[in-house]
Amino acid sequence: MTRPARSHPDPRPIPAPATPRLRVEGLTKAFTLHLRDGLRLPVVQGLSFTVAPGECVALGGPSGAGKSSILKMAFGNYRVDSGAILIADGAQMVDVATAAPRRVLRLRRERIAYVSQFLRVIPRIATLDVVSEPLRGDGVPADIAARRARDLLARLNLPERLWALPPATFSGGEQQRVNVARGFIAPRDLLLLDEPTASLDAENSAAVVALIAEKKAAGTALLGIFHDAAVRDAAADRIVDVTRFGAQP
Amino acid sequence: MSAMPTITYNFGYLDEQTKRMIRRAILKAIAIPGYQVPFASREMPMPYGWGTGGVQVTAAILGPDDILKVIDQGSDDTTNAVAIRSFFAATAGVRTTTRTKEATIIQTRHRVPETKLGPEQILVYQVPIPEPLRFLEPRETETRTLHALADYGLMHVKLYEDIARHGHIATTYAYPVMVAGRYVTDPSPIPKFDNPKLDDCPALQLFGAGREQRIYAIPPHTRVVSLDFEDHPFRVQRFDRPCALCGAEDVYLDEVILDDRGGRMFVCSDTDHCDQRRAAGHAGTMAPQGAPKGTSKP
Amino acid sequence: MNPNDMSADDVGANDMSADEPPLLSARGLTKYYGARAGCLDVDLDVYPGEVLAIVGESGSGKSTLLALLATELAPSAGTVGYRMAGDALTDLATLPEADRRRLLRTEWGFVRQNAEQGLRMAVSAGGNVGERLMAIGWRNYGAIRAEAGDWLGRVEIADDRIDDDPRGFSGGMRQRLQIARNLVTRPRLVFMDEPTGGLDVSVQARLLDLIRSLVADLGAAVIIVTHDLAVARLLSHRIMVMRHGRVIETGLTDQVLDDPREPYTQLLVASVLAA
Repeated sequence: MTRPARSHPDPRPIPAPATPRLRVEGLTKAFTLHLRDGLRLPVVQGLSFTVAPGECVALGGPSGAGKSSILKMAFGNYRVDSGAILIADGAQMVDVATAAPRRVLRLRRERIAYVSQFLRVIPRIATLDVVSEPLRGDGVPADIAARRARDLLARLNLPERLWALPPATFSGGEQQRVNVARGFIAPRDLLLLDEPTASLDAENSAAVVALIAEKKAAGTALLGIFHDAAVRDAAADRIVDVTRFGAQP
Repeated sequence: MSAMPTITYNFGYLDEQTKRMIRRAILKAIAIPGYQVPFASREMPMPYGWGTGGVQVTAAILGPDDILKVIDQGSDDTTNAVAIRSFFAATAGVRTTTRTKEATIIQTRHRVPETKLGPEQILVYQVPIPEPLRFLEPRETETRTLHALADYGLMHVKLYEDIARHGHIATTYAYPVMVAGRYVTDPSPIPKFDNPKLDDCPALQLFGAGREQRIYAIPPHTRVVSLDFEDHPFRVQRFDRPCALCGAEDVYLDEVILDDRGGRMFVCSDTDHCDQRRAAGHAGTMAPQGAPKGTSKP
Repeated sequence: MNPNDMSADDVGANDMSADEPPLLSARGLTKYYGARAGCLDVDLDVYPGEVLAIVGESGSGKSTLLALLATELAPSAGTVGYRMAGDALTDLATLPEADRRRLLRTEWGFVRQNAEQGLRMAVSAGGNVGERLMAIGWRNYGAIRAEAGDWLGRVEIADDRIDDDPRGFSGGMRQRLQIARNLVTRPRLVFMDEPTGGLDVSVQARLLDLIRSLVADLGAAVIIVTHDLAVARLLSHRIMVMRHGRVIETGLTDQVLDDPREPYTQLLVASVLAA
């Protein structure tokens, strides 16, 4: 099911498996395309794995194997046909596959952060506000949240002249860094990363890897997709190969 | 050859059935102070806007012993006042008067007499538009509902607009009142100067709107409050001079143009009040020497 | 579409603890127009602070449903319950008309597509906003004007327009005025019927942004009817898809739009130009 990552940047032993932050059990999903005569596109079948606090698990497998869909199911963005996606909410485990929408929204607000490949933003909102928003949602005063946002954007080498602008017109790499900063700014139990370095150069990729290491040290559970092998090897503790659970079309 | 038959009218012109119908509406109006009671307004031998509502109310309450006074803008001798007075003299044969104190029924357009009314008197107002909410809400079904629910925020919107546009409540006539703490009511186009006279008035006040087919009432000694804001309280007009003829202060004055060289005078709008004062020896700065004549308006 | 956009689930969900009872609750809501069903057997719950979008094409019954929920229409069958501030769920059909109207001008708001139906066109902007305050008993002109001015500022209408009436306002300004007029009493529930319909795209974006932040600030629950899936995505936490008077699919907004299950929903989503 899992195999060790080829290299491990953090020699610290993985802590004794505490209650996992994420437990996926028998996850099965297919898309049915009604506009194409009900064409059925299987995504995964019977996938199971866990992610513990302080651990970064990479989803492995070729493009099109359904890795992004798995992240989206964990975020409640895609539906689940069968199986469970249990996410720790304090002492409770909540099944995202069956939870009421309001419950999922609360998890997103309090427990899960998600860094997607593309940033979609509302017009007119400044980058600093886009980034600091999750922290302000936690009740952190605006000035402190803004300082954290500046620190993060500086670490990700986003030019300061862009901070006050809405990110809609930014380049792909700039938007991705805004997205990473927004995902990383607030402490969350579970961090979902979908190709967080896809549009970044080596320097900025290294900055993201360093941020991932800090999250792990802080006890965050991370589940990610890393196209870049070097980033994957640097960030992930182990890899879950989803092709083994790919349902045959 | 036979003579043309003499035209005879029923007492007070209206037939008894119609009077009964109007009296029922009046009784209902008295029972629900400030509430507009619909009635089947009749064609009268005068055009709408000449007081057909008031005339029908007067016709319905008039008895042979009544003494009728009719005023228009405070004056007993305008065409309209004279016509209505002679109409009832002809159709009911009742006595008429110009003296407020003598009258048992006073039909009025645009004024309340300055002389304090008594419990034996009835004041009948001619009303063009009985609905105080009409300015902001054209739908009759909706205004009725607003009245039913005492949903009167809208009325203050009108006053707000006044202050926003003019710096003060610029409504100077037909100034809305709250009757008996329940219905917002249009006092007819009297100057707001007269509004305080409606409050706790010993006389019965009846309002008739002919074209709009509504009758409403303020029974004797009913609380009548003019709407306002805390920081823009209701105030009546003040005149900075007394009546030029009788010297009265605290009365409503009309401006009278005397010539084409800017000459003017301010005199009592209530001609009877002015006459009574002058008969009692009061005189203003422009009072003619000698005995007052019957009316004061040039 | 990307689930990590800054959509409505990031904000405004102040009071969405799981065990809180719904603010508005409909069961079996049905409306027939003669033999034709405008709305059939709809159940829904709206929770405090939640934004629910009702989407569908013209004639899908979404506007009928909104009118039923807002008690502007009487249902042929079914009930709508509303939880007054600090109270139990009240069946709105049993609510006296006076109470219903008080609700409409205090705890509820209704933003209409056509601003002329939601505004008093001959009354100044300040008077339009102040009306609800006067209706609930404000009697100090200065205080009413100050509050109206504050709200005009919040909807980005310059304070020197406070005495202008909306006939001279652009479409976008009229809608913003309508929003201020509705939100001034800090309603707990706001109905919106295509609030950005008929506006230029750039004006729409600004308006949506404004609605989104004001609703979040107030923590108001919103039921918004729209045929525009982008509007639903931007504003709503949850979505209901209607067709032929029935709710055919419901769920988290981004889930329904990104992973639609019903054939009709897939068609709707596929029909939208990607933005």
